Amino acid sequence: MLRIEDLHVEVDGREVLSGVDLEVPAGHTCVLFGPNGSGKSTLLHTIMGFGQYEVTKGRILFLGRDVTHLPIHERARMGMGIMLQRPPNIVGLRLNDLVVAAGDGHLDTEETAKALNMDRFLERDINVGFSGGEIKRSELLQLSMQEPCFFLLDEPESGVDMESIDLVGRKIHSMLYDKKGCGWEKGDRSKSALVITHTGKVLDYIDADCAYVIRGGRIMCSGRPRDILRDIQERGYGECIKCRMVKL
Amino acid sequence: MPDGQALRRRAEEALKRKGAFGRDYDLDEFEPGSSEGDTYETLEDITPEQKQTMMNVGVLPSAEERSGSLVYVDNAVVHQSSADQGMELLPTLDAMERYDWLSDYSWRAVPVDKDKYTARAYLEGANGYFIRVKAGRKVEFPVQTCMMIDTEKRTQHTHNIIIVEEGASLDIITGCATSSHANESLHLGMSEIYVLDGGSLSFSMIHNWGEKTGVRPRTGVELGKEASFVNNYVIMKPAGSVQSYPTCQLNGEGAAAKFNSIAISHPGSEIDLGSQVIMNAPHSAAEILSRSITLGGEMIARGRLVGNAPDIRAHLECRSLIMSEEGRTLAIPELEAMYPDVEMTHEAAVGKIAREQVEYLMARGLDEDEAVGMIVRGFLEGSIRGLPESLRQEIDDAVSMANLGN
Repeated sequence: MLRIEDLHVEVDGREVLSGVDLEVPAGHTCVLFGPNGSGKSTLLHTIMGFGQYEVTKGRILFLGRDVTHLPIHERARMGMGIMLQRPPNIVGLRLNDLVVAAGDGHLDTEETAKALNMDRFLERDINVGFSGGEIKRSELLQLSMQEPCFFLLDEPESGVDMESIDLVGRKIHSMLYDKKGCGWEKGDRSKSALVITHTGKVLDYIDADCAYVIRGGRIMCSGRPRDILRDIQERGYGECIKCRMVKL
Repeated sequence: MPDGQALRRRAEEALKRKGAFGRDYDLDEFEPGSSEGDTYETLEDITPEQKQTMMNVGVLPSAEERSGSLVYVDNAVVHQSSADQGMELLPTLDAMERYDWLSDYSWRAVPVDKDKYTARAYLEGANGYFIRVKAGRKVEFPVQTCMMIDTEKRTQHTHNIIIVEEGASLDIITGCATSSHANESLHLGMSEIYVLDGGSLSFSMIHNWGEKTGVRPRTGVELGKEASFVNNYVIMKPAGSVQSYPTCQLNGEGAAAKFNSIAISHPGSEIDLGSQVIMNAPHSAAEILSRSITLGGEMIARGRLVGNAPDIRAHLECRSLIMSEEGRTLAIPELEAMYPDVEMTHEAAVGKIAREQVEYLMARGLDEDEAVGMIVRGFLEGSIRGLPESLRQEIDDAVSMANLGN
């Protein structure tokens, strides 16, 4: 599905990613752990193609195609979809207009919004005055309509109250396990995802297959999500990485 | 009430007086447009070309769902019709003849000696439309009027008087345009608007001028107690030089006025739009919202709010996008208060579209042009609630046509 090879990325002339190698096989969900400032969001944004991130070396292969320099919307149209942690406000533009534009018309906007408790927000300007939880639900609403085959989720549980976490978690589950075919199947799942998580909370809702730890712009280790999360929780990132490095 | 002699004297003395803002026009270079013209029983009988010009500014030849129509070509009323018993719609000069009391309103909200443009309109005996909605009458459909310049190098002068009586309400949609026969002409449109106690008026204007047309409207508005007035000014097409700065006096307690302007300044255009609201009565409220884009022309957004009474509320907001290396944008917001118990605010913002916003929409599958178009459309019309459908359509078409993503 997604393969990243020796990816180097600069932001404003400063190298943030220094040779990332990573793979998300079709039908798999991988999580990405890492301390603050390790390059997690930079990696997701670079995969999506945002302009601020300059790839200086390496490549991104998506569905077997080199998309390293492909415009954002072409990646989206190939089936890539992102949930941002801090999406911009757009004054004057109603959420409804974007949600309708993101879909291909076969899903009912109102119904989809209702399921996310977002129907009252359709006439509101996008993200303007939204709370943390509302931003997450707005992002999920847009993704629901967009129906990507590959999800990039940037800390879906951050800034969400306990009640909303359940709604957000269940929604992510239902999107990932949606049966609408993407051309490949792994058990009962056809979608793939790369999910950033700080707390691991989202693991309660998705059956993740693999985990990566990124630090200093490099993938330090990979393994089973629960094992890695336990290491991080017990020993912190530094120890976890050290110990995994030894094992490697 | 000033007598005719006195008005004439004041006008003559003002003939050389330049306008407060905007490029100065030498009126001697323009002949007055003809005040004679064929008249038409229905709008469907009008020439196909004129029909097209009208339709481009939202005036419907079918007059369907319209309570009345009046079309003014050069300086002649060529059509008038009214379908509402509670409302009168007729040429201003006819109305002046019919009603002696009208001289109490004529040239009151717009002083005849404001500048050379008002003076010229008065001295040329400008005709125009008179609309009166009788007390308590809620007119269901909008009245449509069209001011069309059809002859090159001419002045069009109009004198419109609108009176919405106590508790009455009305919507007006006006389309102002030049036909293909006129470009370097001058529009001098005088409008005096009186909304009496408890009345309400919504006044929407769409413009489609020639690339060299000069436009110098002068508008004065007076509101009574609990009266409300909404003014929507939309100009999306290229124009030579437009300078408009209506003055609205809130004279009755609880009166409320709202001025929305939405403009695009194309290369070579000078668009100078503003408005001022003077709050003379307690508990009155005013809002001025301006959304503009320069694609290479000059764009000036003015706004002035004067708190002349206690317990008033007023807000002024100018936002402008710059979408070209050329061009210039100037925002001039002014607040003036004479009392401590006022709540007056303003915001002004000038800049380009944030790249982050464009990319956000692209991540949902929109290409760059679509993303920019959607943001621009939202910027222009989204923040202004309750715009009539024809204005919304005009903005959508302009955004599509201007190909703003490039």
